Amino acid sequence: MNKIPSALNLGLRRGRLEIIQFSRQRESVVFTLLFPVILLAIFGSVFKNTIAPGVTFSQYFVAGMIASGLVNTGFQALAINIPMERDVGGLKRLRGTPMPASSYFIGKAILVAVSMIIQIILLFGFGLIFFGVHVPTQPSKWFTFTWLVLLGSACATSLGIAFSIIPKSGRGASAVVSPIVIVLQFFSGVFFIFTQLPKWMQQFAAIFPLKWLTQGMRSVFLPDSFASQEVAKSWENGRTFIILMLWLVIGVFFSVRKFKWDRD
Amino acid sequence: MNVIEVKGLKKNYGQVHAVRGVDLAIAQGEIFALLGPNGAGKTTTVEILEGFRNRDAGEVSVLGFDPQARGRAAREWRNRIGIVLQSVADAGDLSVVETIKHFSGYYSHPRNVDEVIASVGLEEKADALIRTLSGGQRRRLDVALGIIGSPELLFLDEPTTGFDPEARRAFWALIQNLRGTGTTIVLTTHYLDEAEALADRVAVINNGEIVEISTPADLGGRATSQAIVSWRQGDLIKTESTDNPTEVVARLHSQFGGEIPELTVTRPSLEDIYLTMIGGIHE
Repeated sequence: MNKIPSALNLGLRRGRLEIIQFSRQRESVVFTLLFPVILLAIFGSVFKNTIAPGVTFSQYFVAGMIASGLVNTGFQALAINIPMERDVGGLKRLRGTPMPASSYFIGKAILVAVSMIIQIILLFGFGLIFFGVHVPTQPSKWFTFTWLVLLGSACATSLGIAFSIIPKSGRGASAVVSPIVIVLQFFSGVFFIFTQLPKWMQQFAAIFPLKWLTQGMRSVFLPDSFASQEVAKSWENGRTFIILMLWLVIGVFFSVRKFKWDRD
Repeated sequence: MNVIEVKGLKKNYGQVHAVRGVDLAIAQGEIFALLGPNGAGKTTTVEILEGFRNRDAGEVSVLGFDPQARGRAAREWRNRIGIVLQSVADAGDLSVVETIKHFSGYYSHPRNVDEVIASVGLEEKADALIRTLSGGQRRRLDVALGIIGSPELLFLDEPTTGFDPEARRAFWALIQNLRGTGTTIVLTTHYLDEAEALADRVAVINNGEIVEISTPADLGGRATSQAIVSWRQGDLIKTESTDNPTEVVARLHSQFGGEIPELTVTRPSLEDIYLTMIGGIHE
């Protein structure tokens, strides 16, 4: 007697399917993948100043763009698209098959990871060519970068899936989710230099993962001398790791326990 | 052997008693139709059998399994059933064959993808994106996804809504073929002709209770019910209910000395019986 395929096997198949589906939605491909590049082009052209010796605003901004790319493709896209899939009955149909929830989640995580890799390559390429952005050379920085992207993707994916419980309808989802993301981006030092924001804004942002991801990315893209200009006078990468892990646990808990397959 | 056994099933939504004590036993290989008006408890009952909803009271066994259970055993159970829900209207960025092939990967013993596509009559649309399909073609895809796992038990929820008459006939033939392979089928439908054409037995459900379970021919005492003879007498249409319509017609024939004006002899249709059953309870 044949066995039912494993959850991991089905998760990989789901990932493949999600990528095929995504690649056929031309508008969302362009919007999701090129949006960070467009923002870099705008901000890089407007703010040509240096904010510290050897640190251009573009350099500061690339760190923020990669961090908020994780939030856009992980959290925002999933928190909007999953309620839409639920609205049309697609999730309920999946629930009626032997495919386990974990495979569905793995598929989403794969989609987020792949679109993140493409975004990062585009941002690096574009930043290097047009805005003189430096890509780090030390292995230690690449190590930090790798765990930040992996943990950040996982965190954003799990929180996006968890948050998909909240919007009542697919149509309303973007109205609920987008403002949260935009406010967090402003508060977390993506568009502005974090230390120049009001104290209360900094403290509010410090509850959420985006601030920590952005700060972690600065530790990768800015010279270590800049660490003294951070709020804590250091990069705090250990603390970033702990806070992202905490949010990941919260995201996974609600995704597994509370995921909604059906409209009502 | 019974594939489905339900005893004293109850489900409330707040103050609303959607299902109040339903008993069912559905045998292996049977096509069983659930009829009932909207809000009768039909969908709730089926969704409890499908494991989509939890019950408030009663016992339910589907293929020897409690649909409310979760975990590994639930996957094994889902591997043996097929569910065709009311239509799924996703973005449709995949082709028919891609979608069916993907779903076939969920099961331990999937049917052959091309055979399934042929059996629902979508060969010509196999490579078309789902978004380009008509409503009826999408519905046939839904059915294909329901049967791809070679289920022992298939749930069909209003399967032919939006079909033209020809597509409906073709669909009925498909379902009868499935019965030939021993698949048990639970069908909910609004169409009485569909229940009559397909079902071995019919349950009429109203106000959360089963009103009657029988074969379509016997429902509401239809087989033994009186015939109605009607004819024109002067300016009036006269009717007479009788167990012996032939005698009545013979009597009228001699009375009129030949042709009886506007003669009809009818027995109640399944629809008449059904409407009386659900109407009678509303009063």
